[in-house]
Amino acid sequence: MASLVLRNLVKTFDKTTVLHGISLEVEDGEFVVFVGPSGCGKSTTLRLIAGLEETTAGEIEIEGRVVNHLEPKERNIAMVFQNYAIYPHMTVRRNIGFGLRTSKLTKAEKTTRLEDVAAILEMTELLDRKPSQLSGGQRQRVAIGRAMVRDPAVFLFDEPLSNLDAQLRTQMRLEIKKLHQRVGNTIIFVTHDQVEAMTMADRIVIMKDGHIQQVGKPSDVYHRPANTFVAGFIGAPSMNMLQCTVDGGVARLASGPDIQLDIEVAQGQPVILGVRPDDLHPSGENPFLEGMVTVREPLGPDTLIYVDTPSGEVTAKADGQHPPEIGESVQLSARRDRLHVFDVETGRSLASNA
Amino acid sequence: MVSSVAEIRASSKTLLAPGTPWRPANTGQVIRWLILFAGGVLMVMPIAYMISTSLKWPHEIYNLALVPNEPHLENYTYVLEDGRFYGWFINSLIIATITTISNILFDSLVGYTLCKFRFPGRYIVFIAILSTLMIPTEMLVIPWYLMSQAFGWLDSYWGIMFPGLMTAFGTFLMKQFFETVPDDFIEAARIDGLNELAIWWTVAMPLVRPALAALAIFVFLGNWTAFIWPLIVTNSVDMYTLPVGLSSFGDEADVQWELIMTGAAISTIPTLVVFLVFQRFIIRGVVMAGLKG
Repeated sequence: MASLVLRNLVKTFDKTTVLHGISLEVEDGEFVVFVGPSGCGKSTTLRLIAGLEETTAGEIEIEGRVVNHLEPKERNIAMVFQNYAIYPHMTVRRNIGFGLRTSKLTKAEKTTRLEDVAAILEMTELLDRKPSQLSGGQRQRVAIGRAMVRDPAVFLFDEPLSNLDAQLRTQMRLEIKKLHQRVGNTIIFVTHDQVEAMTMADRIVIMKDGHIQQVGKPSDVYHRPANTFVAGFIGAPSMNMLQCTVDGGVARLASGPDIQLDIEVAQGQPVILGVRPDDLHPSGENPFLEGMVTVREPLGPDTLIYVDTPSGEVTAKADGQHPPEIGESVQLSARRDRLHVFDVETGRSLASNA
Repeated sequence: MVSSVAEIRASSKTLLAPGTPWRPANTGQVIRWLILFAGGVLMVMPIAYMISTSLKWPHEIYNLALVPNEPHLENYTYVLEDGRFYGWFINSLIIATITTISNILFDSLVGYTLCKFRFPGRYIVFIAILSTLMIPTEMLVIPWYLMSQAFGWLDSYWGIMFPGLMTAFGTFLMKQFFETVPDDFIEAARIDGLNELAIWWTVAMPLVRPALAALAIFVFLGNWTAFIWPLIVTNSVDMYTLPVGLSSFGDEADVQWELIMTGAAISTIPTLVVFLVFQRFIIRGVVMAGLKG
């Protein structure tokens, strides 16, 4: 059963429309990540689901019940905020228990539930501390605990990791994912970090300017981006975008040999050829780009090289131990099934080769 | 640069540590200390004279020496043995306490509403409240008096208190402080199912404790020292507040400064207590430990 359905969700602030008809079905127990640049409407969508903002048009359904006109507390959701929003004047126990204040459980049941949650989050020892005595990661866990204790139909996470340092973020990412596997509630997670989206999501929803650009599994959006925006947003470093013209099944760059495509494009149509740095290597078979290495970025196992080509600067991945020197001329090639072709005007994918 | 800053800001601990070489102060430091010293003297002098006068005999009052020739405690005995003083003290205490509690509750309730709720006319209401700050008390006492008379509040606690039970200044102060409480706290509580009044009381109020402490001090001191309105609205000696009562020591042929100063010295005690109790909260500052660390 779908635990959350959004139907043509529209949100307008004064005269600015920030969401233009968002529709989405989220299955029970699914981990869905909304990702996009700031101002794309992902947080607004979350706030609409939570009931913190009124919908301008459209419907929100949680567990088969239209909740548009229900108060946040009646929607059977819980939310974890970017700033954690745990109360500094209360102990961890009271903070976590806060979510149960209005619940109809007996006192004993509440205590059991609170202790279960504390045990899952490994916070039993910290229950009597104040937030000021906790580290950033522990505070985040308190915020998650307060949400968990209510056992909601849907968990909403609003960029919960963006205030943590890089190492802690990686750790919390893993913890949240494990937690999801353990408790199995539906999670809607908002982030601007595509790495978070890729690593955590069952499905990713990529948004831009109040529109959904693509919905799919992480591997789908990575390997089969629906348009140039998704192609550029997902994956780091960004996909190389090369202007070229198509002649039959052959693409022609500013210079260099023809590139065989597996798809049919109308003759003479200008297209954008996309290739990820991960798929573009020096000294492979059938090179189609040539240029001079301008910058190297060693990453350990690999080295990123920035190459000046007649079609513009491209990023490619070279061997970590023996990368080409700066100033060296290199020939770049990619597997044919790793090339993406996009319409120049609409930016839409003309079906990736893969 | 960094080292020079550190030099200027050397803590008293390092300066007083044994073995720290003695260095002459530079001109800037000397000027700063002199200005601070002058300010300090200016602040302390009236209090010093108050205490000094309270220890003098009547014939010594106009002798401006700070140290009395024959210091004695007779004035204190007189004031404390005079039954009226306790009544005035209690009156002032009751009025200042109730007014303080009322201001803390209602100023913050209105301030919170104006800050955290979006409703049409919000801005106009706020401006209207602020604009009342521009009307001086002297202009208001006549309407207040007529109002008290009409309601039969003359010469009663209620009559003394009612103009100050809520203040525009307090509302403004609280609104500004609630601006510093992130909306996330409020929204989190809303999702957790609290009603708006419970959110205000259990979530927002504890987060603005320093502001409440400041407001409490202002309101308490303001009411403790209020003179004009209590003087006008009270008739019987029993209903006098402390400042009004103390001034009545001067009703007779000559002003008994030594008694007035003795009463004033005693009456500073509650204000000191209030300040010492609440300054702790102010100095501790706004701790937002619940947010990102």
